[in-house]
Amino acid sequence: MIVRVNVTVNGEQCQADDVWPGESLLYLLRERLGLPGAKNACEQGECGSCTVYLDGVLVCACLVAAGQAQGRQVRTVEGLADGAELDPVQQAFVETGAVQCGFCTPGLVVAAHDLLNRVDRPTDPEIREALAGNLCRCTGYEKILEAVRLAASRRNPGGRPGEAAEGESR
Amino acid sequence: MDFLSPTSLAEALAAKARQPEAVPIAGGTDVMVELNFDQRRPSALLDLNRVAELSEWTVAGEHIRLGATVSYTRIIDELGTRLPGLAMAARTVGSPQIRNRGSVGGNLGAASPAGDTHPVLLATDAVVEAVSVRGTRMIPASEFYLGVKRNALAADELIAAVHLPITSAPQQFAKVGTRNAMVIAVCSVALALHPEQGRVGAALGSAAPTPRRALAAEAFLSAELGDTGQWSAPRPLPGSVVTRFGELVAQAAEPIDDVRGSAAYRRHALAVLARRTLDWAWQDYLRAGHGGE
Ligand SMILES: Cc1cc2nc3c(=O)[nH]c(=O)nc-3n(C[C@H](O)[C@H](O)[C@H](O)COP(=O)(O)OP(=O)(O)OC[C@H]3O[C@@H](n4cnc5c(N)ncnc54)[C@H](O)[C@@H]3O)c2cc1C
Ligand code: FES
Ligand code: FES
Repeated sequence: MIVRVNVTVNGEQCQADDVWPGESLLYLLRERLGLPGAKNACEQGECGSCTVYLDGVLVCACLVAAGQAQGRQVRTVEGLADGAELDPVQQAFVETGAVQCGFCTPGLVVAAHDLLNRVDRPTDPEIREALAGNLCRCTGYEKILEAVRLAASRRNPGGRPGEAAEGESR
Repeated sequence: MDFLSPTSLAEALAAKARQPEAVPIAGGTDVMVELNFDQRRPSALLDLNRVAELSEWTVAGEHIRLGATVSYTRIIDELGTRLPGLAMAARTVGSPQIRNRGSVGGNLGAASPAGDTHPVLLATDAVVEAVSVRGTRMIPASEFYLGVKRNALAADELIAAVHLPITSAPQQFAKVGTRNAMVIAVCSVALALHPEQGRVGAALGSAAPTPRRALAAEAFLSAELGDTGQWSAPRPLPGSVVTRFGELVAQAAEPIDDVRGSAAYRRHALAVLARRTLDWAWQDYLRAGHGGE
């Protein structure tokens, strides 16, 4: 069975034809919708480089069947920046040198973005836990941690790690 | 390949009855790996994500009825205090991305001997609610696992929910792996105190063809605690009791040598995990001040 899949990606209504419904959302995004931000490294949920939001929930796009994405909302790394202005997480990755070859970056940026939506000022253990499903072979992770700390401090300048921000809704 | 997207449980069961060979897909964290690597080419996929009944949990008397597709993340966030053992196991599963999608129904469907929820379901006397157009069967977890990746479901059945007793009694889960995240268990142990029944539940994972209860260890510890009046007036446990419990849990295993560890290592590690989980659970029990109850 070959089907048509309608899915909203980064706020835009998209349509793909001739889709094999057992192919992954990752394949759909990259090969049919021309969005190569999410990367394909393992296709088995181990590396996190394909991380995207599905209906606001952080997932590995390689583990979602294209048919399951029908009618859903997807947000990829391409949808984080506001026009030419990078998301604070992206900006922090650039400034701290958290990007080397860059292959892991899109997945890590989306995972860090999700963390900061849930926790205003995450502690280091919280950051490590939130990024445990994203592998990087280049940086040794230190600069990635630094990037997340920087982005968190900019989003919530008042708070300290481990503290919920005052008056800020989550 | 057909892709079936039922939007109610009744529709899903009708589809499964018509096409018993259709493979259910919930979070997809097991199924999609098999599809991506061409290990499986089912004639149909049956998507359970749009069946709202399966993604809810409710309180039913003394039990939680946990819908099959409720994610690990939701179990941790919403049921951590009522189902402490299951939430502990859920916290050790994969990564945030995996926990956001993976479900207990999927863990049961895959029935891997290494699945992390199985020892907890066994130790806590959980019951699997299997449904089909023919009706409902309540299958105790202890009768659900039949062999390596084989379970007691009939071809036309789906898991609707799992029923677990609500408890404030201590429960523990521990697993051995090569790092702290994203590991398949080398071996695992779950322990549940059932003070109201004067009994202990203990089970192990990843160390036999199926997850299984450690029956001799359960009987030994239950008798030991009962005979010495420990449920109503708990005291620190003698080291000899803790050691013997560990030995009996290890003896319940039938481990193999594989890439993750040798049989001898698994036996050794199981005894360690059993002693630790018992120490932790008993300390909790002492702290909660159950004396005189
Ligand atoms: C990177 C990674 C890490 C992992 N880490 C762990 C771990 O630490 N511990 C662990 O235990 N597992 C782990 N897993 C395995 C997997 O995440 C779990 O087994 C999970 O519980 C599967 O749930 P799911 O909803 O994704 O199942 P699916 O993949 O959707 O389904 C799994 C199986 O169950 C069947 N099924 C699903 N729902 C039902 C139902 N309602 N009725 C009948 N059959 C059903 C499917 O047909 C399939 O055979 C990991 C997987 C990955 C990819
Ligand atoms: S490509 Fe999806 S997790 Fe690696
Ligand atoms: S920067 Fe190269 S993999 Fe992370």
